[in-house]
Parts: sequence; C-alpha cells; structure tokens
Amino acid sequence: MKFRRVLLITVVFCFASLAFSQDVASFEKRITAKKLANGLTVIICERPEAPVFSFFTHVDAGSVQDPMAKTGLAHMFEHMAFKGTDKIGTRDYAGEKAALAKVEVAYAAYLAERDKPVNREEQKLKQLEQAWRDAIAEADKFSAPYNNEFGKIVESEGGEGMNAFTNHDETGYSYSFPVNRLELWAYLESERFLHPVMRQFYKERNVVIEERRMRTDSNPIGRLLEQFTSASFAAHPYHRPTIGWMWDLNSFSATDAQNFFDRYYIAQNMVVTVVGDVKASEAMPIIEKYFSRLPARSTPDEATTAEPPQKSERRVVLHEQSQPLYLEGYHRPDYHSPDDAVYDAITDLMSNGRTSRLYRTLVRDKQIASDSAGFSGLPGNKYPHLFAFYAFPIPGHKPEEMADAIHGEIERLKKEDISDEELKMIKTRAKASLLRSLGSNEGLASNLGLFQARYEDWRELFRSVDRIDKVTKADIRRIANQIFVPDNRTVGIIEFAGPPGPAPAPQGGAQ
Amino acid sequence: MKRALIALFALILIGSNAQLWAQAASWKDVLIPPLPAFHPAQPKRIALPNGMVIFLQEDHELPLIDGFARIRGGGRSVPASKNGLMDIYGEVWRTGGTKNQTGDQLDDYLEQRAAHVETGGGIDSTTINWSCLKGDLDDVFKVFQDLLQNPEFRADKIQIAQKGMYDGISRRNDDPGGIAAREAAKLAYGAKNPYARVPEYATVAAVTRQDLVDWHHNYVHPNNIILGVVGDFDSAAMEARIRQAFGAWPKSQAAKDPEIKFTPAKPGNYLVEKTDVNQSNIYMVGLGTTRKDPDYFAISVFNEAFGGGFSSRLFGDIRTTKGLAYSVGGGIGTGWDRPGMLRLVMSTKSETTGEAIQALDEEISDLSKKPITDEEIKRAKDAILNSFIFRFDSPGKVLQEKMAYEFYGYQLDFLEKYQKEIEKVTKEDVARVAAKYMHRDQMPVLVVGNPGEFDKAFSSLGPVNKLDTTIPAPPPGIVGDQGSPQQRCFQD
Repeated sequence: MKFRRVLLITVVFCFASLAFSQDVASFEKRITAKKLANGLTVIICERPEAPVFSFFTHVDAGSVQDPMAKTGLAHMFEHMAFKGTDKIGTRDYAGEKAALAKVEVAYAAYLAERDKPVNREEQKLKQLEQAWRDAIAEADKFSAPYNNEFGKIVESEGGEGMNAFTNHDETGYSYSFPVNRLELWAYLESERFLHPVMRQFYKERNVVIEERRMRTDSNPIGRLLEQFTSASFAAHPYHRPTIGWMWDLNSFSATDAQNFFDRYYIAQNMVVTVVGDVKASEAMPIIEKYFSRLPARSTPDEATTAEPPQKSERRVVLHEQSQPLYLEGYHRPDYHSPDDAVYDAITDLMSNGRTSRLYRTLVRDKQIASDSAGFSGLPGNKYPHLFAFYAFPIPGHKPEEMADAIHGEIERLKKEDISDEELKMIKTRAKASLLRSLGSNEGLASNLGLFQARYEDWRELFRSVDRIDKVTKADIRRIANQIFVPDNRTVGIIEFAGPPGPAPAPQGGAQ
Repeated sequence: MKRALIALFALILIGSNAQLWAQAASWKDVLIPPLPAFHPAQPKRIALPNGMVIFLQEDHELPLIDGFARIRGGGRSVPASKNGLMDIYGEVWRTGGTKNQTGDQLDDYLEQRAAHVETGGGIDSTTINWSCLKGDLDDVFKVFQDLLQNPEFRADKIQIAQKGMYDGISRRNDDPGGIAAREAAKLAYGAKNPYARVPEYATVAAVTRQDLVDWHHNYVHPNNIILGVVGDFDSAAMEARIRQAFGAWPKSQAAKDPEIKFTPAKPGNYLVEKTDVNQSNIYMVGLGTTRKDPDYFAISVFNEAFGGGFSSRLFGDIRTTKGLAYSVGGGIGTGWDRPGMLRLVMSTKSETTGEAIQALDEEISDLSKKPITDEEIKRAKDAILNSFIFRFDSPGKVLQEKMAYEFYGYQLDFLEKYQKEIEKVTKEDVARVAAKYMHRDQMPVLVVGNPGEFDKAFSSLGPVNKLDTTIPAPPPGIVGDQGSPQQRCFQD
C-alpha cells in the first residue's frame, strides 16, 4: 500500500516536471532583452492576454548607498521621482529653478547655524529658518498650481497600481497602462529619470517623516525590527534603517537628493522591464528611442564594509505595552553563495504552510505560538544578511519558550536528514510556485527585472528552480550546522511591560 | 576624459535616433492610438437542477486549474454570544479534515502536489477554494468534494483555532492603525453591528464543535453554492465532472439574509488614548450606501476626485501641500448589499493632530464653497474609464466579477452598464452626492493617539468621549495558567 502510494507520487512528479519544462521553455521564447549603448537593459516579455502592459524599473541602488549622516536618502529620492520634471509640474521652469536654488542656499545657512556645536544664536537661527521658509513659499508659487501633475497624468491616462518601493538593496517603480499608452509611458518614465526636479522637497520630507512615525516609531514591531537590525550589523550599512534615522531626515537637503540621483541613477544601474500585450519588434525601438537619452555616467564607488564574523550572541530586549514577540537571526552569505538554494529549501521546509516544521511543532503540537517561521533576506539579500526565525507566543507563553522550541527544530535540522517526502515536496513546490508567478504581468515584470539586475541574466529566474532541484539532504545538514550557532546569533524580544502610569496593571505572564 | 568620450558617444547615438524617430517634446504630443477592441472570453454559466450555479472559464496559458466555491451565509448571521464562530468554522472546516482523512493527512497529500484546498469564513459567505497543477486535478478535486460534503471538524483543531483567536484578541490593542480601524467601524455602524463587532475571549470560548457541524448542515446546500473554475481544462469535461460530483446532491433550505441594524454613533469627538505612539490616527466617519443605489456612479466619480489617488483633493492638499500626512484618503463607501462606510482617514504626528482635524474640516466645507470643478471631474472620469480595462484583463478577474454579481443579485452585465453610467455623470451629480453625504456636523471624529503631545487639547474642539478599549477578561481556565491576557492589555 505504501509502496503504491510512493509509486503514484513518482508518476505524478514526472508528469508535472515535463509540463513544467515545456511551459518554462515556451515562456523563455517570449522574452527579449537588449542592453542599450548607454548601459541600460531593456527586457520585453510578450504576454498577449489583454491589451494592457505592466512595467518595472529596477534601480540598483537602495538605502545601503545612503551617504553617512544622510540615511533615508534613497527612499527620499524615490518620493521625489513622483514630483515631475522640468516640463511636468511647473508654471515656468527657468524661474522655478532659480527659486529652488535660493531655497538650498537658505537651508544651508539655517543648517550651519542649527548644527553649530558652540555659540549658536537662537535669534539668528529663527531668522534663518524664516528665510528658508520664505524661499520655499516663493518656489512653491511655480509648482503649486501643478501639484502632482505627474501622478495626475498617469492616473487620468488609465494608469493602475502606480507605486514604488525602496529597500536596502534597490529601488523599484511600477504601474500598468492600457497598451495604447506604451509610448506615453516610455516618454514619462524616461523623462522622470532624465530631468527630475527636487521641488517641494521639504514638505515631502515631512511626509516621509510621517511614514517613519507610522512604520517604526508608533509600531512596536517596527521598533523591534529597527533595533534588532542595527544590533545585528556592526559594520555593514545593513545596520541602518531604509526609512532613515529621525535626525538625518530632519537634516538632509534637496541638493543631497539630487547628488544621490546623479551618482546612482545611471543608465547602467537600471533595468526596465515591460510585460504585456506588446511585440518586442515594435516596442523595443520605442523604448530604445526614449531610454537611450539617459546619460551613461561613470560607475560609482560601490565599496561597503564587509560585516566581520560575529563573535558572540547579541540581544535586544524591548519592554513594551504590547504583547510579546520572539525573533532571532543568523548571519549568512549573500545571494551569490553557491548554497543560496539550500537556504531557500530550509525556508520552505521550516515555514511553508501547515506541513512546515515550525507550524507543526510550535502551533499544532506544543500549542505555544500562533505563528512561527524562518526565512532569509533580512534586511536584504544582495549582501551577506540574516536568516531569521520568529514566533508569536499565544497568551500565557513567553518568548523563552519560543526560543527553546525553535532551537529544538534547528537541532533536528543539524542532526537528522530530512525525509525523502520533504525533499520532494520542497522541489515540487518551487516549480509550482514559479509556474503560478508567470500568470501576472506585474509579477513577471518585477521578477524578470530583479533577476536581470542581480545576475545580469533574466534566465536565472527560471534556473532558480534547477538550483533547488540540486539541493541534497546533506546540504541542509551542513548549512544548519555551519550557520545556526549561538555565537552567530542576534536575538530580538518584545517583553510585555504594562502601561506606564501611577498604578500599573499587574503584569500578565509573571511569576 | 573617459566620461567625456562616453557622453559624446551618447550624443551621437541620440543624434542618429532623432533622425529616425520623432521624439515628443511634451507628453501631450505623444500619439495615443485607439485601444484595440477587446472582448474577453466570458465564463459559461450553468445552473444545475439542484440550484448550484457554476461558472467555467477556460484559460490555457498555464497548466493550472483553480476553483472557487462561495456559499451563502456568513458571520453576519452568527449570534453575538458566539462571535468568532465564523473564523473558527473557516479554519477548522479545512484543518479538521474529512470523515475519511484527518486535516494533517490532507496537508501532506496536497503539499506533495504543491496543491491547495483552503476554506474561509466571511461576513456574508463562506468559501472553499482549490488550486492545482492540471495533472493533479483528479486527486485535488476529490479532496475538494470530500471537504465540501463530509467535513469532520475534529476537536483538536478547534482548540488550535480558538487559541489563535485568543492570541489575536490579546494583541488587538498593540497597533494604533488597527485600533483606529476597529473603533471607527463601531462608530460608523454601531458597536453591535455585525460589520463592526469583534470577537471576545468569552464568545470564542462559547463556540462548540456542534456549532460548526450545525452551521455546515444548515448552510452548505447546492442551492446556496456558486462554484467558479478557471484554468487549463475543457469546459465540457469539467461540466461533466461537476455534474457527476454534485448533480445528485439534493437541494435544501435556502440561506436567508439577516436583518441588520446600522446605528451610527452620535457626532462628536472620540478618543482612544495610547501613550506609546508619536502619531495620531484620525477618522471621520458616517454611513455610505450600496452599489445598487442610482447614486453609485456619481459617488464613484466623487470618490476618485475627493480622496482617491495622487490626483485627489485630500492627497494634494493634506499630503502634498501641507505635508501633514503620509497616509490620507477617504470617500463614500459602497457595499454590495449593505451600506459601506463613509470616511476620511489620515495619520499625522501628535503635534499636528488639531491642525489635521481642521484641515479635514476645511476639505468638507470646501465641497460647498469650492465645488469639485469640471477639470477635477474630467480627470476623475478619465481615470475610471481609461483604467476600466483592468477590471477584466484576465480570465480570472472576469470570473470573479461574474461570481460577485451572481452572489449579490446584480445583472451579469453590470460592468458594461457601469462604464456607460460613469460617462453620463455630470458636475451637478457630483455636487449633489457630496451635499447628500458629506455633513461634518453629523460625523463622529475618532483620534487614536497620545493626547499629552497634541498641539491643542482635543477638548478644545468640543466634549471628548473616551473610548474604553480594555479587553474583557477571559473566562477562567481558557488561556493557560500564567496570568490573564486581559491584564496585559493597554488600559486607559
């Protein structure tokens, strides 16, 4: 009976693999890539399902590239990329340009006084601040009637899902359009990175500060993640938050953002991917026409400090008014590591669904957590980063119990081979998950763009499955033994501390 | 030197391009050809004699097949004393397994095939969906059918589901955005309204296995089910499969929609004090309407212009011009078969809480002083109509849309009608719906924040009602032996 079941499964697998290879091969044929003379890469994937297309602009610069004392700048520039150009968003660009230059002079003067270590004159500081605000008001007169014109054009022309993100590793921009707007899109997207204008910068900076308050300052898990990540990395820029430290957000200037753009938004750092009802033969010349205009510039110095090996466990414990949480991370190599797929396999085994080991042990059997998982990519994966585990204790259980249970599962990984069924399941799921991701213009555009940027070859998206296929049981034990060791660990905990005040409630979970 | 050479090279390239291609100098010069005609494939609708309605949508792009069954009856029919039953039912329907296999066995069986069969409990319906590789359809459909007709609701999984819910209850005062959304719904609909009420330890603890069995027995009948399938299959074969599986299933009692009372809170100021934040979450709320309302089309245009996206007034004034918020938006909510929530929502630093409320006040009063202009209306209508195609740009979306119309009793061509009706909306229509719904003096205002840091006392805007968000204590013995989570929650 058991033998029959195994046999059946094998048959199913052969079938699935065959179908999979055919489908992937047919997909690869739909894809055309071209590196333009300026170094920018264009990828087109023909998916004639409906007369629409999605695009993804990948810029190979993230908050790791933020200059010293200017954390948050990569993300700030991403916000500025929605502020229009010299032709979009202004009444008179020549006049506005002069007015914006005056804002920068006034801001520099204000900042110099504000940051004087000694002999700061409060009266003078007030005057300088007022002068800066007056200069902003002057510059705004040029742009105010055209607020958000860039976004208004995209939306009124039928743009869908206009958005962007910045993380430690990169910045991405995306939306979808009806297919008859392909050339309009090529114009808008190239102009956006040809002639960005740092208008309304200091108001947008306030918007970003509100974003920081929402994501980090006013959210206990946000607070923990920030403290945890900065404790995990001593030397590499991964220790800095993408959103930026509050001091830096209140300090950097529009000039800084322009400099960041000039340095990192260079053609060879960009991959533009279009997926949808387009023909490469027709779309490529249009895209090339507009994006060839982006200048090639010299590649910036990309040196970062490599994180030295961690020599002892680090712990961050936050005493909060909120419920407890347990998090731990182990340093692992970057995505180029030959073992990258082994980590993916471990993630799947430990975390994917109700068959995952962490779910079965912590949620189903011990019934001490409501959710638990382990995953790579904290806070990014372009550089050596963390493989992290977390668990949310259910009422009556403590973070320490989470640690013990997670460590129990890690020990199992180190000591016992995973089963044949588990290994097969991991490999089948990797294929199915890739297949499912092919059914969406947006998803394909961002995946193709990301893999092109990371490997200089979009085909790696499809090869990622082959890499997982080669993972062995011994690989998983080897990596677990190598990486999941106490000295390589940083722990982050939220402990419930009760509300402040004269009569604090008795602490739950206490002795 | 090298840079100069590269620049020169680029210049030459552009020069040669320019001869071949005329480049647009302004976005307005870019040619926009007409959009090719597009008539997406429509799903085949089949009504079985026992009342089950089936939609079949072929999509041969990838070797995948997904099915979605939606069953009438949901959380709004659950008595208040057992609030949470629907969440537990939605989880344990699947995790509790069938008479033939435990949930754990199903997990192994399905995951080996990278397939999913999942169940859920919603406010007006329950769902059971599958997703599989084409080659696994026989295996997975069997599980789907077995779960649909023979669920077992094993007790050990009920316990896990309850513990998960206790955890959610214990954490519900941790995130200020979550508190604000929850309390705003209570203010807009009434605290006891099924669309606003939240489960408590006691109501979750009151749910028994028999409740789940009874629910299934009372609601899961073919005449309450709409089943949609999309993917790489032949419709005739799929129809035969479904008829074979469900054709002989006898019909039974039809689900009835409960009477629901919507009792918005009195206008005024409401505060949830939270001392570990530096930002206030602000809501102004009221009652919206339904999509069956003839005003729906004018409301769609109004919402786009007032609080929709980058182009909207709220975004332009409060975020771009005033720099007061990252997150701001709002509009008149429209539900399928019950009123949506009217809301203006933003978050701003504690020190500009008063200023932000004033800014929202102005936005509402401006609707009569500076009514939405022709230009704003044109932009809003263009945005809706030009992006219209994204409502049906995949076979799966077309299927979901039709299933929703079937479920809520709308004409199946509602979408086509929608397009024509949006085109007809005038400035007067938009002004009329704005005047009908946007009354500041009737709106409760909620702030979740840290009053010690506010720019002006909330009470300077009128009397303040402090909301008590203390989590009621669990009945003894249900959340472990290490102290009660009730004591851990934030207390005013």
